[in-house]
Amino acid sequence: MIYDVIIIGGGVIGCCIARTLSKYDLKICLLEKEAELASGTTKGNSGVVHAGYAAPREYIKRNLCIRGNKLYTQAAEELNFPFQRIGSFVVALEDSQIKVLEEQRRQGIQDGIPGLEVILDKEKIKYMEPNINDEVVGVLHAPTAGIVSPYEMTFALADNAATNGVKFLLNQKVRRIKHQDYTFTIKTKTQEFKSRNVINAAGLYAARISKLVGLDYFEIMPRRGEYILFDRNALHLNKILFPTPTKVSKGILVCPTLHENTFVGPNAQNITDKKDISTTEAGLKEILEAGRKLVPNLPVRSSIRNFAGLRAVPDTYDFIIDNTDIYGFINIAGILSPGLTSCFAIAEKVVEFLELLGVELKIKEDYNPRRLKPERFKDFSKEELDQKIKEDPSWGRIICRCETIPEKEIINAIHAPVGATTVDGIKFRCRPGMGRCQGGFCRPRVIEILSRELNIPYEEVTKRGEDTNFLIAKTKDLTLKEIEGGTE
Amino acid sequence: MKQYNADVIVIGSGAAGLAAAIEVKKANLSVLVIERDKELGGITLQCIHNGFGLKEFEEELTGPEYIQRFINQIKELEIPYILNTMVIEISNDKKLYAVNNEDGLIEIKAKAIILAMGCRERTRGAINIPGFRPAGIYTAGQAQRFVNIEGYLPGNTFVILGSGDIGMIMARRLTWEGCKVKAVVEILPYVSGLLRNQVQCLEDYDIPLITSYTVTKIHGRDRVKGVTISKVDRNFDRIIGSDKFIECDTLLLSVGLIPENELTLNAGAELSKNGGPVVDNNLETTIAGIFTCGNVLQVHDLVDLVSAEAKRAGQNAVEYVKNRYDKKSSKKEIIKCLSGENVNYVKPDRINKRDLSKDIIFTLRVNYPDRRVLIQLKDNNNNLIYKRKKIYVIPSEMVELIVNLEKNGIDPKCKSINIEVIPRPEVLIEEE
Amino acid sequence: MILNLSESSQSIVKVIRCIVCPTGCEIQAKKNPKGQISFEGYTCERGLEYAEQEFYEPKRILTTTMRVENGLLPLIPVRSDKPILKDKLKDVLKEIAKIKIKAPIQMGDVLIENILELGANVIASRNLIKIS
Repeated sequence: MIYDVIIIGGGVIGCCIARTLSKYDLKICLLEKEAELASGTTKGNSGVVHAGYAAPREYIKRNLCIRGNKLYTQAAEELNFPFQRIGSFVVALEDSQIKVLEEQRRQGIQDGIPGLEVILDKEKIKYMEPNINDEVVGVLHAPTAGIVSPYEMTFALADNAATNGVKFLLNQKVRRIKHQDYTFTIKTKTQEFKSRNVINAAGLYAARISKLVGLDYFEIMPRRGEYILFDRNALHLNKILFPTPTKVSKGILVCPTLHENTFVGPNAQNITDKKDISTTEAGLKEILEAGRKLVPNLPVRSSIRNFAGLRAVPDTYDFIIDNTDIYGFINIAGILSPGLTSCFAIAEKVVEFLELLGVELKIKEDYNPRRLKPERFKDFSKEELDQKIKEDPSWGRIICRCETIPEKEIINAIHAPVGATTVDGIKFRCRPGMGRCQGGFCRPRVIEILSRELNIPYEEVTKRGEDTNFLIAKTKDLTLKEIEGGTE
Repeated sequence: MKQYNADVIVIGSGAAGLAAAIEVKKANLSVLVIERDKELGGITLQCIHNGFGLKEFEEELTGPEYIQRFINQIKELEIPYILNTMVIEISNDKKLYAVNNEDGLIEIKAKAIILAMGCRERTRGAINIPGFRPAGIYTAGQAQRFVNIEGYLPGNTFVILGSGDIGMIMARRLTWEGCKVKAVVEILPYVSGLLRNQVQCLEDYDIPLITSYTVTKIHGRDRVKGVTISKVDRNFDRIIGSDKFIECDTLLLSVGLIPENELTLNAGAELSKNGGPVVDNNLETTIAGIFTCGNVLQVHDLVDLVSAEAKRAGQNAVEYVKNRYDKKSSKKEIIKCLSGENVNYVKPDRINKRDLSKDIIFTLRVNYPDRRVLIQLKDNNNNLIYKRKKIYVIPSEMVELIVNLEKNGIDPKCKSINIEVIPRPEVLIEEE
Repeated sequence: MILNLSESSQSIVKVIRCIVCPTGCEIQAKKNPKGQISFEGYTCERGLEYAEQEFYEPKRILTTTMRVENGLLPLIPVRSDKPILKDKLKDVLKEIAKIKIKAPIQMGDVLIENILELGANVIASRNLIKIS
């Protein structure tokens, strides 16, 4: 079988392209090297949908961001992923910074970003965001900026794409690509795939994939960003808060999440190891200090988790969105911020490229753009809940006490179109282990459910794929082994 | 919707919940116990080591044996209980909503409620250890559950952070199951658990106890490959150049317990500084008729003390149902209890003025260890009400005082009393 | 070696940390040239008793689990009903690991009688019901 399109990379970009292309009558497959989708740069992401004023005008990312922001409204409605346009503040703490904000506003309005305004009235600023530093002198308010859960959105995109016929294959690290007779042959450790067109959305590994077909014209370097997440209800922010940008970075932000947590981060460290998502003492200190400049009363004692994400930084600065010289090979690389915001606009670009490549794009008759909202215990009224439990008792067995997640939500996550197969996969899809106990109570139960639903032994249940097993043996096994070994 | 009614509802069936329920039943009131797990007993079931019951039963028992005695009483007294049931809401008029997979949503009406949900363990996030987030990091209690109840071993080689009792007991438990415990690392300059556990769980097996050190980095992307530990100064800041690497595949965290507050907050009760609810001398929260006991109120170091506290909560709930429920309550006049020098927290948080003639049980923890101290109660006008000598105090050991404030001549008009643990004046003179 | 002995007529052969109360006295077991043992550093009679026991015949109560067939749980907590010689704990643990017992079980049931002839029984620490 020869696919029309193979997408390499199951992050938000790859899945967004998959979902956008799933409307057409094409044979599509997505290959992801990890055990779960959204395992790379998507996972450790701020989840901010930017208004689009930040990037300089000469870069394509500016227009893709502005366009991408607009496309969110419809996508969130069709796919039912959590998204809220809560608006952002760029915070000026010194008078000299105001002119930076003014300039961003002026250019932003010219480029069609709605509602941008510079607010200098301190009382009004404090009213809109009571937690902001008292020393604020002005803010650039962008009402169209929003927050989204990048991984929940990725799962929504993937589930919808799968429903519309896209095949998702996990644990498929691409090792070789051969290009012959207008056909790409892609080899992974276990399988071989053929496709007319290949879309490289491999994030941190995009340069490696590109080189597999002989296209060696860019490099991707990892840039690490560390975060600290605070407990639900420890602090309630109304707005996304950015510092006034410098030439280097948009800076460390303080931001609410859709689950009522707050986070601070990310910093920016250029590193060399593409797997190094470790956090550092100095880094955590740095982001707390930076965060305190925006919100002096950061609830440091209520931190529940620190983590780091990587950005895929191209040596070209701008996004690499190329219909390359190798016919049928499209590079979508170096998608760092505002990549999440731009993803729907990037997917539109891919459609254009495929059209140029002569791929016939006929809309499927049975295309279903909708993904139903996953049913959540918390969203039910008492009467609905009673009814639900009567229909399926697993609604009544609470697994995660912090976030009130019943067994049914976990089972649904496992049996979703692109289902969870690991404990982290479950955690990112339906949140057991995300709360303040961080899995203390629910992990044994989640392992039990995965073991049962996937029909694998406890010891084979993993945190996030190969070599991340939780349990090594049954109690007594080590002693029995010692007896067998004859050390007695 | 299934409905239940009871004079008193007890949430949680651990050492606290069961003891409270038994007291209520003995007073001939109806009581219902709600448990979220599949059997009665709570965390005590996984504490299979001995050392329980010396106060309650005057013999040394294991955790399961201790709790089995209470479970047997529950069955003898025919106290009703529902298992696998999670309370999701407590309304102001003491209506509870709970779910389980047999009955669906359950509505329960009660005259009084006893909160006995216990506590949870502090996690890595709460102490912000930098490094990777691989598989192989567990809280000590979670590992205990895996090894003792679920029947699985979480690793081969361990480092345990925190020298609390659970951490040390797990060190021995894992050694007995054939695992290797490389070290127990403690950030404080002294062991936090009991001496007996230090001797019998660590020294017996030559497990090094490394004090004034903490884990400063976790290594390994997929599975833990080791930890870096570093010496800390008095402010718990890492001393540069003191890093040591220890190879291990599992890190256990035994870094403290926190009362589980979800339902307490949901019920609208006020919380105090130590994390548990604000209570008066009857263990009644700021909501009339809602009582609390055990580790949800304050983290105890002996289960026997949990049972004793729970009995009081049970008796007080009975008193409430019999005498105060459905009556217009006059506004309570109270005296606040404040934590003074070297007092981390004190319970109760407040004393009802009408109870001044009763013996009041104070429980407190100190901030740092000290020897030859004086525990003093003074009112807000600096009048000394009570004092007691103590040879030593340590943060891991709860101090209990029983004081009759009226007999000690408290000024009934005072607004607050301050409790402090100070060096004895004669000791100060000696040391000068 | 000879020098050492002549320097002090008594040599410390073991330091025992007393766990009878939280004072935690350090009790020294000393040996004189004739090989007689004496104890120093205890502050109460119970401390001396403890030190003697620890020196001559240290014993511990063993608490562990045993595998169960068709029980509500895969393991049952068990303990030795009397203290067991410290040196023998490992052997006892191996013996217990070999055995799998059938539910239902009652607290106090003797699961292994006089284990390894050490004079202690291994008993169940709780009730465990059978599942069908």
